[in-house]
Amino acid sequence: MPQPVIYTHQLTRKFGDFVAVDAITFEVQPGEIFGFLGANGAGKTTAMRILCGLLSPTSGQANVAGFDVYRQNEEIKKQIGYMSQKFSLYENLTVRENIQFFGGIYGLSRQELKDKTNVLIDRLGLHNEANKLVGALPLGWKQKISFSVAILHRPKIVFLDEPTGGVDPITRRQFWDMIYEAAHDGITVFVTTHYMDEAEYCDRVSIMVDGAIAALDTPAGLKKQFNATNMDEVFLQLARGAKRGD
Amino acid sequence: MKTFFAFIQKEFRHVLRDKRSLVILFGLPVVMMILFGFALSSEVKNSNVAILDYAQDDASRLLIDRIDQSQYFSVHQKLHSEAEIEQVFRKGQVRLVVIFPQNFQQDLLHSNHVQVRLVGDASDPNTSNIVINYASSIFRDYQNELSNNKKLPYSIETETRMLYNPQLKSSYNFVPGVMTLILMLLGAMMTSVSIVKEKEMGTMEILLVSPMRPLLVVLSKAIPYMVLCFIDVAIILLLAVFLLEMPIRGSLFLLLAESLLFILTTLSLGLLVSSVVDSQQTAMFFSLVGFLMPALVFSGFMFPIENMPLPLRIMSNIVPTKWYYSIVRAIMVKGLGFSYVIKQTLILVGMTVFFLGIAIRKFKIRLA
Repeated sequence: MPQPVIYTHQLTRKFGDFVAVDAITFEVQPGEIFGFLGANGAGKTTAMRILCGLLSPTSGQANVAGFDVYRQNEEIKKQIGYMSQKFSLYENLTVRENIQFFGGIYGLSRQELKDKTNVLIDRLGLHNEANKLVGALPLGWKQKISFSVAILHRPKIVFLDEPTGGVDPITRRQFWDMIYEAAHDGITVFVTTHYMDEAEYCDRVSIMVDGAIAALDTPAGLKKQFNATNMDEVFLQLARGAKRGD
Repeated sequence: MKTFFAFIQKEFRHVLRDKRSLVILFGLPVVMMILFGFALSSEVKNSNVAILDYAQDDASRLLIDRIDQSQYFSVHQKLHSEAEIEQVFRKGQVRLVVIFPQNFQQDLLHSNHVQVRLVGDASDPNTSNIVINYASSIFRDYQNELSNNKKLPYSIETETRMLYNPQLKSSYNFVPGVMTLILMLLGAMMTSVSIVKEKEMGTMEILLVSPMRPLLVVLSKAIPYMVLCFIDVAIILLLAVFLLEMPIRGSLFLLLAESLLFILTTLSLGLLVSSVVDSQQTAMFFSLVGFLMPALVFSGFMFPIENMPLPLRIMSNIVPTKWYYSIVRAIMVKGLGFSYVIKQTLILVGMTVFFLGIAIRKFKIRLA
């Protein structure tokens, strides 16, 4: 059994009296696509921020890419990529400039940047748009570029925070093709989503309710466990029991 | 270092592509300099004067000519009765009415005493004061010419010398003022807005999960604005020297060094604001009300601090613009060296360290 790339044990984060993340324990294996589900306010974002090294936990253990979240959060940042639900490219820079900027802050050399930028523009078929401002592109394209930029420096893990919000079904499908491709190349994908069809695409899914992990299994396993025909039903059964609302 | 360079390049692109910030950065100083230089001059030139001449003799005519020839006045019309005085003021046609009494020349030469009445429009008190002064000096000159050969007993003559600015040019006052205002506004506002913008857009999060140290993220956002503010200093000084013909009497190097220090002060204020607020609007409002207003009121540029009540005088000391303004005037206008501005410099250094310290602390707390 290989070493897990993310490992948490009783991980807890409190804000005052409020327990945002309540003693969660799970492991993610290298190359896995791990779906991190939960209603709004369930504590997904807080947990993700801890794993990205942005927030330190109140108690419990967590290890990301072999580094401890308490002491080595700067090391963790070098090993991960991140794409958020909010739009994460600069609108008044061109596609090429965005790629070069984000590559640049991850310390890629000039030559590396040039090569990777060209490969990426090739792959996305953006020859005509490479020198256009990102603000002028449709949302679906921006999200694809965003994702490509997040994995440009070959991170061990990429964290995707509701990456397909507001995107049409066809683009979402294409987006998931890109995610599979990345996973195939050995990048672990940690993704939050509100789309239950996307949850079916994941290797394993965890569902958070009120700060704790209420269920964790493969989509097939979860459906069997909750006697449901699809992930929607599984999610609703669990989320209905939630005490915290928005 | 590479990441730092990538960041600065990106920041410059942001600014150079955003027409609004370009206009503010480079348009504002130029417009302000030209406005203050030509439109908002506190010197009063070519005021219209009405004359009510009861005397109609040689002396009164000579004086009327002199008034008309002076660069400060032009004789607009002649009146024929006291009743018309009020009318011309009501219509706002003239700023001053000069009334010569009957037998003006005769009384002047024989009884050694004669009164000329000057009537000003004090609905604008400053201007009418200045106008009356100019007019009185024309009469004084004439009187001196007459009494040239005769020495008056017991006369005290005041010989006035206006040091540093003999022509009383208003540019000596406003160039340092404009520099102070522009740097305060741009340094604090542009930096805070640009950082808060990244928070709003969500890109700040991406930057924070990158391996760049958070402190470096914030500092590298401030550096391009430091360069841009410095360019503004250069623009203002060039306009002052070549367009308004105002000399820089002291050391240019010292002036630039002090300006750099003040830019740092304003940038650290901008960082402080951005660590507290979350929206661009709030950041802008904060900078305008929190910094520009006190800068206008308490720098001594528009209102003399000496005339303020004690609590306000004490308050003026915590406004950084006051100190920079006094430094610029000392160097540019009086030509003083570093030893004369040590106190102000130290105060600015202290303020910068203080603001920067709080900003960094606040920033760290947010991340924890």
